[in-house]
Amino acid sequence: MLNESDLIALGITLKLALLTTCILLLTGTPLAWWLSRSRWRYKFLLEAIIALPLVLPPTVLGFYLLLLLGPNGPLGALMMSMGGQPLAFTFSGLVIGSVFYSMPFVVQPLQDAFSAIGQRPMEVAATLRASPLDRFFTVAIPLARPGFLTAAVLGFAHTVGEFGVVLMIGGNIPGETQVLSIAIYDHVEGLEYAHAHWLSGGLLLMSFILLIAVYAFNSRFRVVKNAI
Amino acid sequence: MQSSIQAKFKLHRGDFLLDAEFSIPAKGVTALFGSSGCGKTTLLRAIAGLETAQSGFLKVGEMIWQETGYSMPPHQRPIGYVFQEASLFEHMNVQQNLEYGLKRLPEKERKVSLHDAIELLGIGNLLRRKPHSLSGGEKQRVAIARALAVSPQLLLMDEPLAALDQNRKMEVLPYIQSLHKELDIPVIYVSHSLEEVAQLADHLILMEAGRVVNSGDIHDMFTRLDLPLAQELDASAIINATVSGFDEVYHLMLLEFAGGTIRVAGQALQKGDEVRLRLIARDVSLTLEHQSATSILNIFPVIVDEILQTGPAQMVVRLLAGEVPILSKITRKSASELGLKIGTKVYAQVKSVALLS
Repeated sequence: MLNESDLIALGITLKLALLTTCILLLTGTPLAWWLSRSRWRYKFLLEAIIALPLVLPPTVLGFYLLLLLGPNGPLGALMMSMGGQPLAFTFSGLVIGSVFYSMPFVVQPLQDAFSAIGQRPMEVAATLRASPLDRFFTVAIPLARPGFLTAAVLGFAHTVGEFGVVLMIGGNIPGETQVLSIAIYDHVEGLEYAHAHWLSGGLLLMSFILLIAVYAFNSRFRVVKNAI
Repeated sequence: MQSSIQAKFKLHRGDFLLDAEFSIPAKGVTALFGSSGCGKTTLLRAIAGLETAQSGFLKVGEMIWQETGYSMPPHQRPIGYVFQEASLFEHMNVQQNLEYGLKRLPEKERKVSLHDAIELLGIGNLLRRKPHSLSGGEKQRVAIARALAVSPQLLLMDEPLAALDQNRKMEVLPYIQSLHKELDIPVIYVSHSLEEVAQLADHLILMEAGRVVNSGDIHDMFTRLDLPLAQELDASAIINATVSGFDEVYHLMLLEFAGGTIRVAGQALQKGDEVRLRLIARDVSLTLEHQSATSILNIFPVIVDEILQTGPAQMVVRLLAGEVPILSKITRKSASELGLKIGTKVYAQVKSVALLS
């Protein structure tokens, strides 16, 4: 069955996916809200940038992130100058990469959910004495709940499943940056098919259960479909 | 001194320009009337602060809500707003919807109790229900109660009946009429239905293409020949009367107004009740002498006040019964044969009278 390094890879994977999902929900919510309300002329540019990971080969994204986060990259150099270490090949680097890579899977369902609410419920709340922040938390967020569930599940599952980006910027350091998808690759390379089966089967089952939960909960399939 | 609502707004929306100015008493129901697309809703939204006018001034009673360089945000304006669609919060049940605004209202500003709002709209049995399980009429009653529960100093209603079918309209209308009697809250009511206006309004703001054409007392506005209302197909006069007695034999009510007595079928009201009547101009005919051999019950002396030709064959005549203006639509031929001139004394024969309240 699973050996110790598999379990460690599982732990890293879950930690990475949870952290990434949390960061994306916190940053993606205001971003998605702004995208759903703004009438800025060049909004489409930002939307295109956010959607890039949907079409870009993960290795390309990973390559540029590696340059950015490595010791000679602007972000890596900044970290070094502040007495830290470059972010490439660290868990923190993985988190940053995952946040970019999974961003459309969180932002788009949220943006769709916020757009679907329309202007009216917010206006009603305004005429019932609710301040802008108050109505955002008591009206917009509860009404967008299906979108939040979809965003969280897709963001989580997509991060669990990433391979190319992780390989490029995280390398394959057991106990630090080795995640499940890479452990599976290692097992197959080493012809340890039984291990590969356990891990692959486990991931397949988990992804399937998560999606069943989302589809069962959300009668609004539209949001999910748009995101995928 | 009677308090008033003074407004002046100018705002562009694409090709549309709203350039509206009015002053109305902060009392009773004011109808904002005009055809679709004339800017009624935009004006109402500007009053609520939901639309920001490029330049605007709004004073309600002694409080300034908007002036150059200042616009009170909508959530700070002491208004209640009823939208055309009920727009209940789908994630809350009826009770939570009703309490949403109330909870945000400081204790000392709570004048309308939730209990009263629920009673007034007859929604006590719906409190646990979710909005999607309610009928259109029920939803709109909840929406009205929700707006009342914030004890507004001004209630704004944007065609609250327009999205309902005829039966639902008849279900909700009496509740709106009773608000008017039970609560001392001024209402601005947007409508494009002359019938609704006739039933509800004390005051009328007439709009056309983004501008206020005129505003004034409803009795006066309905019967002014220089305004388009008198030329509408169902042009009419509104009369206030008091129940003065009953004709037991023929089952009629006697309604007294300044110009005489009107008899209508039924005995549902009490002596002394105030009623509002609508006399459709088409149903008012004129004779020079008091006819006795006629099936028409309501005949009273009037004086011709103004005459206007409205078509090649049609005229509308404004008459004074006592001091009360009424309208009559007759043909040009009839007017000529009767020799109608301003000041002519004639008899108005009223074929039918609608009891509005």
